Amino acid sequence: MMNGTWKVDARDGKLAMAHIYVAFVALALGGLAGLLQVLVRSGKFELPAGISYYTILTTHGVLLGLVLTTFFIIGFQFAAVSRTAGTLSDRVRFWGWIGFWLMTIGTAITAFYILIGEASVLYTFYAPLQAHAGFYIGLTLVVVGSWISGFAMFAHYAKWKKAHPGQVSPLLTFMSVVNMVLWLVCSLGVAATVLFQLIPWSLGYVDRINVLVSRTLFWYFGHPLVYFWLLPAYMIWYAIIPKIIGGKMFSDSLARMSFILFLIFSIPVGFHHQLVEPGIDPAWKYLQVVLTFMVVIPSLMTAFSMFATFEMYGRSKGATGLFGWLRKLPWGDARFFAPFIGMLFFIPAGAGGLVNASHQLNQVVHNTIWVTGHFHLTLATTVVLTFFGGAYWLIPHLTGRVMTKAMNRLAIIQTIVWSIGMIFMSSAMHFAGLLGAPRRSAFSTYGDAPQALEWIPYQIAQAVGGTILFIGIILVLIIVTNLAFFAPKGETEFPVAEVAEQAERTPLVFENWKLWIGIAVVLILIAYTVPFIDMIQNAPPGSKGFKLW
Amino acid sequence: MHMHKYEKIWLFFGIGSLFVFLAVLGVGAFAQGTQPPSCLTTIDPEKVDQTPPFDKPGLVKTGENEYQLNIVASAFAYTPNQVEIPKGAKVTINVATKDVIHGFEMAGTNVNMMVEPGYVSSYTQTFDKVGEYVILCNEYCGAGHHLMTAKVKVVEQ
Repeated sequence: MMNGTWKVDARDGKLAMAHIYVAFVALALGGLAGLLQVLVRSGKFELPAGISYYTILTTHGVLLGLVLTTFFIIGFQFAAVSRTAGTLSDRVRFWGWIGFWLMTIGTAITAFYILIGEASVLYTFYAPLQAHAGFYIGLTLVVVGSWISGFAMFAHYAKWKKAHPGQVSPLLTFMSVVNMVLWLVCSLGVAATVLFQLIPWSLGYVDRINVLVSRTLFWYFGHPLVYFWLLPAYMIWYAIIPKIIGGKMFSDSLARMSFILFLIFSIPVGFHHQLVEPGIDPAWKYLQVVLTFMVVIPSLMTAFSMFATFEMYGRSKGATGLFGWLRKLPWGDARFFAPFIGMLFFIPAGAGGLVNASHQLNQVVHNTIWVTGHFHLTLATTVVLTFFGGAYWLIPHLTGRVMTKAMNRLAIIQTIVWSIGMIFMSSAMHFAGLLGAPRRSAFSTYGDAPQALEWIPYQIAQAVGGTILFIGIILVLIIVTNLAFFAPKGETEFPVAEVAEQAERTPLVFENWKLWIGIAVVLILIAYTVPFIDMIQNAPPGSKGFKLW
Repeated sequence: MHMHKYEKIWLFFGIGSLFVFLAVLGVGAFAQGTQPPSCLTTIDPEKVDQTPPFDKPGLVKTGENEYQLNIVASAFAYTPNQVEIPKGAKVTINVATKDVIHGFEMAGTNVNMMVEPGYVSSYTQTFDKVGEYVILCNEYCGAGHHLMTAKVKVVEQ
């Protein structure tokens, strides 16, 4: 294994940094949109100049849900494979740049149509609301760009395997490959609906669209999408955090096994987003509910691994008692602190997720603002704080700088600010959602309905929390700008953990891609074939497009 | 593959309680009939106004204390938008949309369903408590989405 002073090649670093710049620009703009939303929803503020709440909402969702995540993840993974499987070949890097530019141009096109008000369809773009064709074409370029980058990573992995026959691949490279395979398989669904349904329909080549098929293809993609966000956070937890705290990884094989379980169980689960819709038989819904819950297993394994690593490290430093090891952890190091707080938030986030995916409980919270509260814990806290924690060493490593003590302190403050803001905002969203307050809606008292008036105090709490979070965004932007352009020159380590001595050797079976992808495909076919044929055979007349904004 | 003893215990209880939980959901769904709304009936979205029962939307008595409430959803209104239901009534709510996807949520109850063009959404609910419930659209449908609302009053018989 390569360790210690290993550095990502400067040319690969440039590619990774390009992605990271776009990600943080998206964070700045998307965060501003989020601030405007919570202010509007408090009922105390109106958008100037006739700007629509829903244009802002679409911007927020696309920039933070799709752009920030995808760009950061691909940038991080290029750096990770370069660090652990060796410098990228010129060809791989070239295709990486092609992928980057396709994604960037696609984002610009989509953003243009959103901002001129031709695509206020939210980031889920449910038909028969019909956006300008440019919106869909831009999104297609983003996805195609990400595929190209994925294949570039596969090629790099294949080259490593060829040069090291019979050896287990570096963990971070393996994990990046799993995540890109997951992304590729799931994004086929959204590509199918965009290319074969939405684009021809928005260009006027076909009149009507099968709404349920389009939604089903979208959600075939939409849930694995969240695991595509989560797995890079798990990479940082499993393979990097142990090194940051000065410990060892609990087990390499268990880490790989949990990633393989995610690959298998992430995809045949989309119906749990469609539980309360009319056109799907409830028995098929239940089957996908069961499959959804299988990802609990790798998450339990991850929780065990992380805390085992922490405890082993603490005890090796002489900690005693049941929880003495907690005191030995490096609380003053933002590279550890931010992701650790992210992990803690994953406990209530996961519990809320169990509610959402439950066959019956879903009905109580479906499309209420509870759901928004949920994914602001999972994505906007667990994943995002982990990414921030990653940026604190990744950016200076790639730009040849070091994080100063002052910046580290600011990053600790940033994490605390984020936590406070999120506790306000997300809790208020959860409570208001239980009372019935809807998600994705501008301020309304619903004809002064007494029930709706009860939600207003929660909406004010959301605005308070959202404002604090926006301060958190400003802080992280200050830190990131500093690390990229102004921090003192120097060497920063790209930490990669070693496996604990007592851990067993990793079997090669985890890299039997035919086996794992085969199982994933079989499960997808079991979960989707019959209901999908049903949808097409019993399809109602299709829908014309509507532009209702 | 080797696993630490503690991890085995952790996973045994974790996975065990997961399967108990899934069994509870399954028994609720298949033995006790608590399924999410999944009506499967189709309708031509452009002929909702001519298709019974949506040609005469409103509350219809269908039996001793049993009712059908048929509602048409369109941007950005429900028809009818004021309904009185006698206390204790068992009401089957049917909703269809004439245009885009809408939500149909009756805050404070378990009535919450997606309304999609081409399908009838249906759910049966018994109203045991007197009071006023707000119905609102919880799936984005356009510029007036947050103004799309109706009211149900449950009154003493």
